[in-house]
Amino acid sequence: MVFTASARRVLQSKGAVAGLCVLGVLALAALAAPLLPLSNPIQIDAPHALYSPGTPYLFGSDQYGRDVLSRVVYGGRVSLMVGPIAVGIALVPGVAVGLLAGFYGRWVDVLLMRVVDVMLAFPGILLALGIVAVLGPSLTSLMIAVGISSIPTYARLTRASVLSARENLYVDAARVVGAPDRTILLRHILPNVVAPVIVVGTLGVGAAILVAATLSFLGLGSQPPTAEWGRMLSEGRQYLREQWWIATFPGLAIMLTVLALNMLGDGLRDALDPRLRV
Amino acid sequence: MNAYLARRVVATVPVLFGVSLLVFSMLALVPGDPVQLMLSEFQTTPEQIARLRSQLHLDEPLPVQFGRFVWNAVRGDLGTSIRTRRPVTTEIADNFPATLQLALAGLLVAGILGVSLGVIAAANQHSWLELGSMLLALIGVSMPSFWLGLLLIFGLSLRLRLLPATGGGDLAHLVLPAITLGLGAAAILARLTRSSMLEVLRQEYVTTARAKGLAEWLVIGRHALKNALIPVVTIFGLQFGQLLAGTFVVETVFARPGLGRLIIDGILNKDFPMVQGVVLVVAVSYVLVNLLVDLMYAVLDPRIRYA
Repeated sequence: MVFTASARRVLQSKGAVAGLCVLGVLALAALAAPLLPLSNPIQIDAPHALYSPGTPYLFGSDQYGRDVLSRVVYGGRVSLMVGPIAVGIALVPGVAVGLLAGFYGRWVDVLLMRVVDVMLAFPGILLALGIVAVLGPSLTSLMIAVGISSIPTYARLTRASVLSARENLYVDAARVVGAPDRTILLRHILPNVVAPVIVVGTLGVGAAILVAATLSFLGLGSQPPTAEWGRMLSEGRQYLREQWWIATFPGLAIMLTVLALNMLGDGLRDALDPRLRV
Repeated sequence: MNAYLARRVVATVPVLFGVSLLVFSMLALVPGDPVQLMLSEFQTTPEQIARLRSQLHLDEPLPVQFGRFVWNAVRGDLGTSIRTRRPVTTEIADNFPATLQLALAGLLVAGILGVSLGVIAAANQHSWLELGSMLLALIGVSMPSFWLGLLLIFGLSLRLRLLPATGGGDLAHLVLPAITLGLGAAAILARLTRSSMLEVLRQEYVTTARAKGLAEWLVIGRHALKNALIPVVTIFGLQFGQLLAGTFVVETVFARPGLGRLIIDGILNKDFPMVQGVVLVVAVSYVLVNLLVDLMYAVLDPRIRYA
């Protein structure tokens, strides 16, 4: 009931629907990439280097003769995988920390939140950079790095929701009838956390895709010859003056994906949790 | 309030301790032998490896190493770069001004652009001006800064030849990087200013100001703006940190000297003292800036009681 009501409200938001459609198309293309009539995204084909957009390459070809369209579509597989996995890595410990800190309070709260504070002392991509430095540049360490560095967001968000949820009468009622802490936490408090976490998580996927593309652009994420949007931009930038298409299409792809996720996230926020509105 | 200030300052100490512990742990957390990893690019003899190990005091117990790390850092000694063989502190001191300059310029762009967009959107609620400025803000948040930088280089320097594309130095070289860096933060500030302004415009003193026949721009400029900016000022400190880290990317795009070059080269060359040094300096500056903003906030807004 609640779910269908929320779903209806999400679908009433034009932005959310537009975001959902764009994401659907991108995800479908990424998933179906091997089935589509696209040339191999990593096979070097020197004689066909630097064709401008049109025929035979809709988005042109890059300096190695690879089809830019094909690389953009295959790059979507990387970005659309990195974003959700990184958020997943952040979500599980983040929500757990927030639940424990908010529910038990006292020294548990103080201890956990001090750790979160220390992580928050590393602004923006600094923590992710530090983690990549330790693990070495690769796609896997990039996902771990982006994931770990966003744990504080979910920990704080969850804690705040728990603090208000635990004041509810039904929590007292559950305690009175002798429900163990675990039941109270998972059955009565966790559902209150779900809505804000879904909203922030959706926006977080977009943010994770941005950070991942940024680190790959800096040469610290996916390694060549993998088709990855950030990497494609960095490889295409020396051709900016004459062969603008090499860097432009992957850039558009990143922006479109993140824009769609932000629009969906905004729509979800308005539908599920208007309090979060900034 | 003095008690609040004191408590806020004291609360910073454990955070700084945690930050140094985390930065120190980087070397210990490296999978495998950090010394062999650091020297993997060089031809080395076992003696050289042993020398670097003792030079970095890696043969001592970890608590002793950590104590030395903190003590040295406090005295301004962050070790020697593996790659350039210069003291890390010197390298950072040489490059910090360029990064700070860019971060401040970015903050300026973000502040001016973000606040004006937010005010325009709030003052023209339900009009195409609001829709337009908020759409612009949405695009701003979604735009990867490195791509924006490349677009600006392509449009404004390669095509129109208005501004230099790469390098550092004079003010002209600062314009494009500052816009690139500041636009994302401007988008966030614009959204925040708009909602805060809408809130303030519903207050009774605004109605009073309007009722006495004040022009709308005076109502907004003189009565509403100051109060609407309070939450905006709070996140200025947070944004400054984001911008400081954001410079790393922008510096790479525009081939500007700065901390970005140091840390990225450091990561690629496994130059751990350098990476640790930059991470530590940036994190500590960020903590101190936030402390400063909080203190200023307490002084500026006496309404707020700190329990």
